[in-house]
Amino acid sequence: MLSLLRTFWEILKHTFRRRVTVQYPEEKPYLAPRWRGRIILSRDPDGEERCVACYLCAVACPVDCISLQATEDKNGRRYPEFFRINFSRCIFCGFCEEACPTYAIQLTPDFEMGEYKRQNLVYEKEDLLISGPGKYPGYNFWRVAGVEIGGKGKGDAEREDPPTDVRSLLP
Amino acid sequence: MISFKDIVAAVLTVVGVLFVALTIAAGLIWVERRLLAVWQDRYGPNRVGPLGLFQVLADTIKLLAKEDWIPPFADKPVFVIAPAIVMITVLFSFAVLPVARNIVIADLNVGLLYFLAMSSMGVYSIVLGGWASDNKYSLLGALRASAQMISYEVFMGLSLMGVVLVAGSFKLSDVVEWQDRNVWFVLPQFPGFVLFLIAGIAETRRLPFDLPEADSELVAGFHSEYSGMKFGMFFVGEYLGVTLVSALIAVLFFGGWLGPVFGLAGWARTALGIVWLLVKTFLFIGFFILLRAALPRPRFDQLMSWGWKWMLPLALANLLVTGAVVMTMSK
Repeated sequence: MLSLLRTFWEILKHTFRRRVTVQYPEEKPYLAPRWRGRIILSRDPDGEERCVACYLCAVACPVDCISLQATEDKNGRRYPEFFRINFSRCIFCGFCEEACPTYAIQLTPDFEMGEYKRQNLVYEKEDLLISGPGKYPGYNFWRVAGVEIGGKGKGDAEREDPPTDVRSLLP
Repeated sequence: MISFKDIVAAVLTVVGVLFVALTIAAGLIWVERRLLAVWQDRYGPNRVGPLGLFQVLADTIKLLAKEDWIPPFADKPVFVIAPAIVMITVLFSFAVLPVARNIVIADLNVGLLYFLAMSSMGVYSIVLGGWASDNKYSLLGALRASAQMISYEVFMGLSLMGVVLVAGSFKLSDVVEWQDRNVWFVLPQFPGFVLFLIAGIAETRRLPFDLPEADSELVAGFHSEYSGMKFGMFFVGEYLGVTLVSALIAVLFFGGWLGPVFGLAGWARTALGIVWLLVKTFLFIGFFILLRAALPRPRFDQLMSWGWKWMLPLALANLLVTGAVVMTMSK
């Protein structure tokens, strides 16, 4: 009987406890920087697209929501002709970000992408591409990897080291 | 000779009591959800209208818009009548509730017996509803309800007999007048108060005595098959029952409309009396909701043995002691 009364008291004390509810539209929850939300395509510090259209993200994607077509510019540099993510299929697993060799595709802390029409959830390249470098400022894939241009192999130019043999175990 | 004024007063009382009772019962949907939320560190419905008050309206529209489905295997006429019975019996009980001095729909001299009779009739609603649904969960719920209500009605009546003995009347307004002259019944009849409170919770099938519904075991018990406004009737009927029992506790044990009058007289005093009754009623409604927030549901055999082995003997002992005291005092 006393334990009953104590239960009532314990419950009554909750009247003035802090609420755990986050009043969402007015009060935004904290999203961690690595939160896996809306996918973007970033640019390198020079303002060029980072994506080299290697298809690794499309291959890694477990729900096949990424589709793209590779093409080359006049310097022979690969870039995606179109890049399409169907967010009505996307499960925000982040595998595309892990697969990307150039840090081009990134997930951002944004989940407010509700649409009334399903078709509007299909994002094209111009919807995905942002003007900044995203989570990796200062990273330029071609500076690290070396670039091959017409008549010049990787590491053949002046003051340029030969490219790393990625298949070797030696440093 | 009944004058025109009497008829107008009577009609006004009926409409007023009906309106207030139904408004409180509907409002309780919101009150309960908000209070439960408060005790679970949440906010509860606070989006529709100021403080979420229009949630009741939204819920009603939702219930009305739902398909009013009757299962093909159900006993159709009984299935339709059952939810109405619970509303009707509880609303009938409100007739004997004295709202303020001389304001009562029917001041029967067997008011308490009438209330007990009406609350017994309420069982029919649940048993018939569960039976007509032709669903094993519903039937189990209905059987539990009938066993529970019959067991708890026995000492519900007995727990009130102490009050009747001391006040010397079954008339509810007489009971309040006695409390006006002497002391609120909660003091001399404390065991009776506790017993009636427990019986009242069981009678309205509220937690921890909600075994007829027992969502986790019986889906929704006797109203598993009900949808739309028929379900709404059971729902509002339950809240009406809570309001009725709370108001009766206030009237029988906490002096009904009595309270500080601040030197008022006439109609202002009457209005203040109604306010006092409402305040007391809402305190007990709050307690009912607190029970739901705080207590787990017992097993059914525990419920039965609790009722027959503890509550009934206690009620009888209370009656015996009260009778002895009344007898010695009157000599």
